[in-house]
Amino acid sequence: MSMNRVVITGVGAVSPFGLGADKMYENLCKDNNAVVNLRSIWEKHVSDLECWVGAPVAEPLNEKEIPRKYRKLMGRTAFLAFFAVREALENARVPEELLSSGNVGVSYGSSTGSIDSMTDFFMEIFRTNECHQLSSGIFFQVMSHTAAANIAHIFGVTGRVVSPNAACASALQSIGVGYEYVKYGMIDMMICGGVEELHAYTSTSFDIVQGTSTKFNERPQQTPRPFDRDRDGTVCGEGAGCLIIESEASAKRRGAKILAEIIGFDTSASGEHMSHSHAESIARCMRSALRNANVKPSDVDYINAHATATVLGDMHEAEAIAEIFGEHKIPVSSMKGHIGHTLGASGALELVASTYMMRDEQIIPTRNLENPDEAAQALNLVSDLKPTKLDVIMKNSFAFGGINTALLIRRYKS
Amino acid sequence: MSDEQILKGITRILVDEFEIEEDIINPEATLYDELELDSLDGVDLIVMLENEFNFKVDRKQDEGTIRQMRTIQHIIEFIKQKIA
Repeated sequence: MSMNRVVITGVGAVSPFGLGADKMYENLCKDNNAVVNLRSIWEKHVSDLECWVGAPVAEPLNEKEIPRKYRKLMGRTAFLAFFAVREALENARVPEELLSSGNVGVSYGSSTGSIDSMTDFFMEIFRTNECHQLSSGIFFQVMSHTAAANIAHIFGVTGRVVSPNAACASALQSIGVGYEYVKYGMIDMMICGGVEELHAYTSTSFDIVQGTSTKFNERPQQTPRPFDRDRDGTVCGEGAGCLIIESEASAKRRGAKILAEIIGFDTSASGEHMSHSHAESIARCMRSALRNANVKPSDVDYINAHATATVLGDMHEAEAIAEIFGEHKIPVSSMKGHIGHTLGASGALELVASTYMMRDEQIIPTRNLENPDEAAQALNLVSDLKPTKLDVIMKNSFAFGGINTALLIRRYKS
Repeated sequence: MSDEQILKGITRILVDEFEIEEDIINPEATLYDELELDSLDGVDLIVMLENEFNFKVDRKQDEGTIRQMRTIQHIIEFIKQKIA
């Protein structure tokens, strides 16, 4: 079995700042925050939430750009994914005929299918006790692989189509799976990423387990606060990220511009708890990804942390980072203070931002981090937009279910 | 109800719900080729026709007829039979 070098040749993003990877990056660099109070919308669905803030995509989507024969099968989850994927394919200059060659696949995840469509589905059944009036397209909007399947359908992809759905690790796990397929020569190119649609019911899931930020409903721009001693939970966000990854040979054959190389990945479970993060297993996953990439901790120039601003989650990630990288004082930051926790999209959006940081040789600091808490004080937390030569970046994502993921990218050198 | 009245109701559904250009809708138009509907559209169209013309499809009894419908005229005939 051949072992390929795997490169990123295109990126796309729909973030809480709107459509486009450039727009997301510009706003991150300006230290903007996309969190708003959504009480007037959410309380129609759930009246007793503690957290009323979220980070929805601020720009309307023009779904009518998509022909009806595809659109009828898509809910908001698939719409968000479509716009990110289209941008990434254009960015990578992937020709249409290549998509249906059988040498291109899709690995694209989300926490669930469209919650908005799911709500319509159940509301109709609960209201009438009948299913007769439901649209035939609704199941395709609701199914867990709605994003991956609709992407393949619209773009005519005929290679392998998989949908690793692992809540907040969905995107990074999807990218990692795509990376492994290409690395081991199973396919030339994968359209990878993740998506999350924001709904009151999304935030409800985190509210129930006391994982949401509740003290900043009237000051939304000050939350979430990764690694800060006053952090009080996460803020759910919305978006979709996409990376086109392919073998170095495929990229060279097409004359594609290479943005970065993926050099290592691991995903593993804590085997401990469904909702608690676990420092020891996070460290194990990061170590394994480093081994897979064949790099030492001291080779890593920056860690883009998962850090969602939950009390325990940030502490466990900080402990794991300190254990592995402590003596090398590797710079660390989180994007959650800007765009909230975009859940199934977060790994892709933050990896897209990381490729931009590598390009521009600068690290975007953690927004809303004023006073690092005790566990985080051992880390080299970046506090200002910092010019730094970035050759190797580690990206972490963790999820309910005890799922950990870590992926490494490197500046491409032929 | 006349054929023209039924065609008018069908046309409204095809234009409003299926985004089909009105000028290609006529009794001879074929559903799957000319109007580019698919089997899922067929399922939704039947429900919309039931609501528009106030009839109920009996899945067991009508399945064969529905499956054989190829043109708008076939739909018109089916509706006439159901609302008779």
